[in-house]
Amino acid sequence: MTVPGRWRERLRAFGGAEQAGLVPQGRLSGPMPWVIAIMVALTVIAAAAGLGLRNVASASAEELEGGVTIQIVEARPEVRDAQARAAMEKLRARPELVAMRLVPQSEVDSLIEPWLGGEIEAGNAAADAIPVPALIDARFARAVTPADVARLQADLRAVAPAARVDAQSSWLRPVFAALASLQWLAIALVALLAMALAAAVLLAARSALGTNRDTIEIVHLLGGTDAQIARVFQRSIAVDAAGGGAVGLALAALVILALGRQFASLGAGMVDQGALGLTDWAVLACIPLLAIGLAVVTARLTVMHTLRKML
Amino acid sequence: MTAVEEEIVHFDNVGLRYGTDREVLSDVSFTLFPGSFYFLTGASGAGKTSLLKLLYLAQRPSRGMIRMFGADAITLPRDRLPGMRRRLGVVFQDFRLVPHLSAFDNVALPLRVAGAAERDIERPVADMLEWVGLSDRMHARPASLSGGEQQRVAIARAVIARPDMLVADEPTGNVDPDMAVKLLRLFEALNRLGTTVVVATHDVHLLKKVPDSLIMRLDKGRLSDPTGALRYPPRRPSAGGGAKA
Repeated sequence: MTVPGRWRERLRAFGGAEQAGLVPQGRLSGPMPWVIAIMVALTVIAAAAGLGLRNVASASAEELEGGVTIQIVEARPEVRDAQARAAMEKLRARPELVAMRLVPQSEVDSLIEPWLGGEIEAGNAAADAIPVPALIDARFARAVTPADVARLQADLRAVAPAARVDAQSSWLRPVFAALASLQWLAIALVALLAMALAAAVLLAARSALGTNRDTIEIVHLLGGTDAQIARVFQRSIAVDAAGGGAVGLALAALVILALGRQFASLGAGMVDQGALGLTDWAVLACIPLLAIGLAVVTARLTVMHTLRKML
Repeated sequence: MTAVEEEIVHFDNVGLRYGTDREVLSDVSFTLFPGSFYFLTGASGAGKTSLLKLLYLAQRPSRGMIRMFGADAITLPRDRLPGMRRRLGVVFQDFRLVPHLSAFDNVALPLRVAGAAERDIERPVADMLEWVGLSDRMHARPASLSGGEQQRVAIARAVIARPDMLVADEPTGNVDPDMAVKLLRLFEALNRLGTTVVVATHDVHLLKKVPDSLIMRLDKGRLSDPTGALRYPPRRPSAGGGAKA
């Protein structure tokens, strides 16, 4: 026999091809491919949600961790403007500064409009009664720590006593915490679904063993080994898992693409950052393969454990 | 060669009970030699099938000692049982054919289990089915075969791998007298090639058809051995292992 021929025979033996006919395959599979398809679809969707949230969190963190907002809280407009200019001068001297801008008054007005209405305009009575602080949006090359904020506050005190410094990441911390919790939830869901898949395979393998007990006994009495019998079940479950996994992945991909399109139409910056990249899709494509592996290992362990109780 | 190496099976004070019931086999002791032909007889319920189950390793005894092919069959690790079972050919009383496999695939089963390549299976299986007169039924499933045909498939399956020992439980019970004689000739031919044959039967006419056979008689779970010749046989069975048929 040629070397490829020998390997082909070994692979057939490993895959249980020689013994595949020992147990009727239809009785093994039944609804199993559909159960696996549903499990894989749910797992892929949960994993996609987790990956999307991770993307949102990492993109937002990247954007915000170097960001600082300086408010000049001063009622007198001319003093406020002078302190804002002085603070900007002071900041410009810092080598780690990447970008900086004074937030235009119109933008500030639109920020407070939901709370105070649209009547706040410079020069009118309402604006004089409710002084609005000047805002400086600065971005540094590295993440800003609470110590950096304290140092910056101290530096600015000399030129702009009305300045209040806030790290942008600090007021988004609860949002990041919520995103992290959702990611953990997605991971937990994936783990639970994997356990549910293993349990379904275990039950199916036990049921198939019970149904085919007579045949298994005959094969044992003819000198068949536990491994030979286990390979029959492994092969069957691998075929079921491959079919179910492909269907599940396709279903999940349709759902994810449809949801992605819906979220994209919202036009919200933070949501847009959650879009899945090529690497994310590659990770999702691995889930059916992992499901096949999990199903095969579960079937083998279940069958071997049950067979060990037989003589 | 020592006696232990020479013997193929040795039972010493073997007892068997199912659950907490009374013993179905008690104090059974005998030795089988390679290349011998034994008939196991006894009335219904005497324990023939139970004794055969111990012989083809489907059951462990409740007590006593069994040595097969030079190994202690009671303490033998489970993973060594398949190797020992492949040296046995078994004809079950209820045939025990695999229902969803054809006659061909049922007969090929021991060869496939032993890892034979497909190209080494087709010819011997076809020849064997032709020999038992089932060439035209090789693709039929057991459910569509008559009782006699199923029995012949079971016998073909038992002998296809040329076992060291053939254990047959009422192998001619469902076949006509001509086929019964033909099957016995097959067993004899195998026996001449060195296979030890143990046939359980209550057909007394069958015993006379194999003149060189030895008889093991069971009575209410006990092996009748008044002279001790089954328990302590001479070194070669031809010198008289049991009562001559």
